[in-house]
Formats: sequence, C-alpha cells, structure tokens
Amino acid sequence: MTVVYEVFRRERAGAAMQHAGSVAAPDARFAEIYAREQYGRRGESEALWLVPRDAVHEVSEFVDEFDLKYRRVDGYSIKERLKEARELAAGDRRR
Amino acid sequence: MSDRVGLLLQLADDELILGWRNSEWTGIAPFLEEDVAFSSIAQNEIGHARALYELVARELGTDADAVAFDRPPEQYRSAPLVELRRLEWALTIARHWLYETADAVRLEALQASDDAELAGIAAKMAREEAYHRIHADMWLDRLLASDEGRPRLEEALDELWPYALGVLDDELRAEFVRRVEARLGRSQPDVDPVGRDRHEAELAELLDEMTSVRRTAPAGARW
Repeated sequence: MTVVYEVFRRERAGAAMQHAGSVAAPDARFAEIYAREQYGRRGESEALWLVPRDAVHEVSEFVDEFDLKYRRVDGYSIKERLKEARELAAGDRRR
Repeated sequence: MSDRVGLLLQLADDELILGWRNSEWTGIAPFLEEDVAFSSIAQNEIGHARALYELVARELGTDADAVAFDRPPEQYRSAPLVELRRLEWALTIARHWLYETADAVRLEALQASDDAELAGIAAKMAREEAYHRIHADMWLDRLLASDEGRPRLEEALDELWPYALGVLDDELRAEFVRRVEARLGRSQPDVDPVGRDRHEAELAELLDEMTSVRRTAPAGARW
C-alpha cells in the first residue's frame, strides 16, 4: 500500500510555499526521506510540507452559467485610470 | 604505509566500493522514489570516499583519483561485505543496514580520536550517515513487518553475518554485535568473521569496470 504525498517547498525564508510535485511512499517516514532526496538534496529548499493527497480538499467546478464576463479582470481596463491617478498624485507633489 | 593511511584507506575503500555497488540499482530499484533515494545515498558514499582519498593523497604526495583508481585489487583495503555483488533487494537492504550499523560504531570511535583532522571528517560523515541509517532502519522495519519480507530479510542477514563481522576490528566488533542483537531481538551466531585479509572475486571485476574510463582516457584529460 502506498500513499501519495503532495510536496510543497519553500525556496528561502519568508517565501511562499509552492507545490513542488509528489512522492509515493508506504508511510510518512519513507515519504520524508524521499521528499528530502527529491526536493531538498541540492539545497533548493529551506523547508518542505508533505500533505497526504487524501487530506487535500479539492475544489474544481466553477459555474458561470450566465457568462458574467464583467466579473473577470479582462473586462475591466484599469490602465487609463492608473495613468490618471499617477498624474494626479504627481501633481499633488508639485503643489 | 602508515597506520593512519591504512585506516583511511579502509574507510575510503569501503565507502567507494559500497557506493558503487549501491549505484548498480540506479534505474532498476523497486520503485522510482527509492531509485532516487538509493542513488543519492550511493553518491554520498562516494563523496565520503573522495574526501578520505584526498587526505591519503596529501600524505602520499599524489592525488585522490590516483589513490582511488590506480591500485591493483590486492591493495584495496575494503571489507568483503561491500564487495559482494548481490542485485537482490532483501540482500541489499540487509547489507545496507549491517554496514550502516557497523559504520556508526566506527565513526563514533573516530570522532573521539586524538587526530583532529580524522575526528573532524568522521563527524561530517556521521551527520550524513545518520540519514542513511534512518533509511536502512525504516526498510528493516518494513521488511520485518511483512510476511514475505521477514523470511527473505532474515535469510539475507544470516548469509551476510560473517561478512558483517569482518567490517570492524576486534576492539569495536563486540559493540556492533550488541547493537545488532538489541535491534533484532535475537542472539547472532558466533562465527568466524570474513575480514579484510581477503577479497571477493567480484572486486576485480568491479575495479575493471570502474577504472575503464581512467585507463583509456588520454593523460591530462580534464573532466
């Protein structure tokens, strides 16, 4: 019986954990050794998280029946507003 | 040859030859994760060998590659335990565990040595070997816990026992036996050690393959 562990790694202190991959192992002891060897032996990680895949609560369906495009960022142009706001801010400093 | 060089060569040759033997599983270990882990352990062993050969080379006025590769088989100081070629997982785990257990006893003794350089390198090795021991221990537990694994592992341990006794000298052997018996919960047979006064036939084949690149490379080739 093997368990799949999802492995997350942190490249340096303060950075966010990022998904690195997974290891299959008979138990947590084996998983730790395997994760160390695969995601830590070259000094590429400062810390690892090992999470049994079963413990992950997956969310995958995102219903958008009415095609609400205006909710997406691509329907919302912020470029002009940003420019305006920056000019305004620069003007303030001059005053 | 000084006693110090002799001792360093025992350690270095054990690590080099076992590293090579363990690397023979690369690509064909029981599953992918184990393949990576066991190959990494093999690389560590060879790294330890290199550090030790460098100390020897300095004393002999040569370089580590020359010490590692340019000796005839009879001048190697490795224990027969590490020379055996056994591509069978139970035997591999049995040897791995027996060797790591013996090596721990040896490294502890060396860390207490008056020779600061030797004590230092033993301490560095011990920190890496700790992971090898965790790996060996968990495999031992795993195989002992399974109906198929237990008899196969026990048979392998029995077969290798005289060889395992030959890794350490008389002074350290008793402590090794004590640890093995405590861990396995049984008393081990009192048999004659297969020690460093002989080599297995497989050693010459291994050295032939291991040194083939060095022997055919033009002088002064750099890697």
